[in-house]
Amino acid sequence: MIQVEHLCKTFRVARRNAGFYSAIQSLWNRQYDQIPALNDISFSIADGEMVGYIGPNGAGKSSTIKILSGILTPDSGTCQINGRTPWKERKAYVKEIGVVFGQRSQLWWDVPVIDSFELLRDIYSVPAVNYHHMLEELVSLLNLEQIIKTPTRQLSLGQRMRCEIAAALLHEPKILFLDEPTIGLDAVSKLAVRSFIRKFNQSHQTTVILTTHDMQDIEALTNRILLIGKGRILMDGTLDTMKQMVPDTDASLDEIVAKLYQTYHI
Amino acid sequence: MKKYLSFFRMRFIHGLQYRSAALAGVITQFTWGFMEILLFRAFYEADPSAFPMEFSALSCYIWLQQAFLALYMTWFWEEDIFRSIRDGSICYELCRPLNLYNLWFTRTIAIRLSKAVLRCMPILLVTAFFPKPYGMSLPPTPVAAGCFLVSMILGTCLVASFNMIIYIVSFFTISDTGIRMVASNLSEFLCGAVIPLPFLPDRWLSVIQFLPFASMNNAPFRIYSGDIHGSELIMVIGLQLFWLIVFLVIGKAMMHRALKQVVVQGG
Amino acid sequence: MKLYFHYFTIHLKTIMQYKASFFLSTIGQFLVSFNVFLGVYFMLERFHQVKGFTYSQCLLCFSTVLLSFSLAECFFRGFDSFSFLIQKGEFDQILVRPRSLILQILGSRMEFSRIGRMIQAIVIFGYAIPTSGVIWNLSKIFTLIFMIIGGVITFASLFLLYASLCFFTVESLEFMNIFTDGAREYGKYPIGIYGKTVLRICTYIVPFALFQYYPFLYLIGQIQKPIFMILPLLSCCFFLPCFLLWRFGVRRYQSTGS
Repeated sequence: MIQVEHLCKTFRVARRNAGFYSAIQSLWNRQYDQIPALNDISFSIADGEMVGYIGPNGAGKSSTIKILSGILTPDSGTCQINGRTPWKERKAYVKEIGVVFGQRSQLWWDVPVIDSFELLRDIYSVPAVNYHHMLEELVSLLNLEQIIKTPTRQLSLGQRMRCEIAAALLHEPKILFLDEPTIGLDAVSKLAVRSFIRKFNQSHQTTVILTTHDMQDIEALTNRILLIGKGRILMDGTLDTMKQMVPDTDASLDEIVAKLYQTYHI
Repeated sequence: MKKYLSFFRMRFIHGLQYRSAALAGVITQFTWGFMEILLFRAFYEADPSAFPMEFSALSCYIWLQQAFLALYMTWFWEEDIFRSIRDGSICYELCRPLNLYNLWFTRTIAIRLSKAVLRCMPILLVTAFFPKPYGMSLPPTPVAAGCFLVSMILGTCLVASFNMIIYIVSFFTISDTGIRMVASNLSEFLCGAVIPLPFLPDRWLSVIQFLPFASMNNAPFRIYSGDIHGSELIMVIGLQLFWLIVFLVIGKAMMHRALKQVVVQGG
Repeated sequence: MKLYFHYFTIHLKTIMQYKASFFLSTIGQFLVSFNVFLGVYFMLERFHQVKGFTYSQCLLCFSTVLLSFSLAECFFRGFDSFSFLIQKGEFDQILVRPRSLILQILGSRMEFSRIGRMIQAIVIFGYAIPTSGVIWNLSKIFTLIFMIIGGVITFASLFLLYASLCFFTVESLEFMNIFTDGAREYGKYPIGIYGKTVLRICTYIVPFALFQYYPFLYLIGQIQKPIFMILPLLSCCFFLPCFLLWRFGVRRYQSTGS
């Protein structure tokens, strides 16, 4: 159960003019620009739900994910996830979540994937029995037998992403955050990743929160969509709710989203 | 010629942008200089008669070394150049109507000069006000000053041409790490960056002073303080010129062969 | 501890993938400090002693600093290259894992090529320990061990300090080299020879002298008081302010996200 209420976050960015003197001056006399990233965000997500979190670049998606995963502390607001506040009990909390940042790798670059997995096993102190169980399941579902002994650097992007997802699930997290998991993947890999996420969600009742710019990800995976823009939740509903908001029935999903962005000026 | 000049200007201005790095550099160089001077003072007190040069000349040597470090640090390499050779992106450079040797040479000088310009002024200015014999002093004669300038230019070009040879050698080797390492460390010691060359035993010095490395920073810094003077002056500058020509010829010839090889292998 | 060992084996495996490059950079590390050694050698060949310290005694100092610096660099490299960890977003990944941050950062980088320097330090120890005129007994052996431990901790604290500063700015941090590289470079001679001011700075501000100079005086018998033996352990206190700054930095990172 994820319950987020009135989350606010403002970043202070030091403003500095170019030049040597202003660089020195700014050492003791700094001016800041206030950039609101999240402005009163509230939502709740039930266990086992799959939610798509969409919005244009800079809308506050990754700030939300960072707060939910305990990396960032908000200015105000509460967030209860399975009875815990992410940024307060970091170590206890993060045991229950898995995070995949699509643009970054959590696997060790130069060693075989399986070595990274074993290290992660130790980091999360997964009992041996559970680990083998889970590994077996992930390997067969994600089709990893062939690649698990290969060093990460030799994998294609699609293969790597499958391993990244497996790496985030080894400790059987209750919640999985996927930050652009299909970015840059070819069609085959995208389909494989999507079908895996769906299957895994069904069999393990894992809550999945997905940010993406690819509307097909949303269509294939989630019933519920949270649309965020300028730090606010603009829409909380299903794909159909979203379609109804735009009168043009022939429009493709991407066009609908683009129109929505336009209407909200985001 | 004009295209190299504009290339020089671009690199030079690019280098000037790193002001905060330069500030940190100046602070570091000051500290290094202080520590060196304190260190040599301790040795001077241990046995003044064993000191091979005037202490004030040594101070000048140390402060010049700190001020112009960017010009003479033989261990500074441009990663970009090595990478372009390794991964073959050098082909782009070859498509341009430019002589690759001249281009890289210009680039090397420009980067070193832009780094040095930002760092040298504060160091030279401040140390000029230090109490004798720990600070900078003016050259003893106008001749020394003139020869110092000539020798500085020759030394800088020599360092750049030495860099060039190592860049080009990496065309012929699989890994540039090894050659770079040996070149960096050997040249660092032999050019007098670890301890000024006069502090070496005489029998070592009698050989080392004729090596090209002694013509890099050793020559101008010692000319400045008058440690090298008279007829020796002409010999030292002549030697610098000789090595510069040798390195340029070797570098150009090697580049010629290397490019031929690249073309034959198809990149 | 088990986890740290696991990180260790992963890094070993990485090296095995790049044997040649590891070998070369090890030699490179050796050569760099060999130049420094040559400097010491030629200076003392000319002057025979400096402020009363002989060649072998200077070498004892040199190898203590070299060994503790390279050990610190080998195992605390994660802090030394912390700016990369932040820039590449690896620090975020560390934050989403249920283990201590420091342990994970230590595990993220290890620089085994520093073995090139360690070997050199040990060889020099092998020469300096019998020739330095120290009458070795149990307390002297412990002093030397404390000196090395104190050195490792002091350098590690400096790396931690550097990493903490990365939370506030990434610019101009090169000046930290004054302390790390500077101490390695100029710690080749007993700190006392640089004069009183430097000695004071190295006693009260950054405690280099606590592990390098004072216990060294005890070692060579210039000072008899056994209290000097445990001074290196006092230098470990330097870790505390650095650690507090680190804690502060992490909290700031979590509230600014930059």
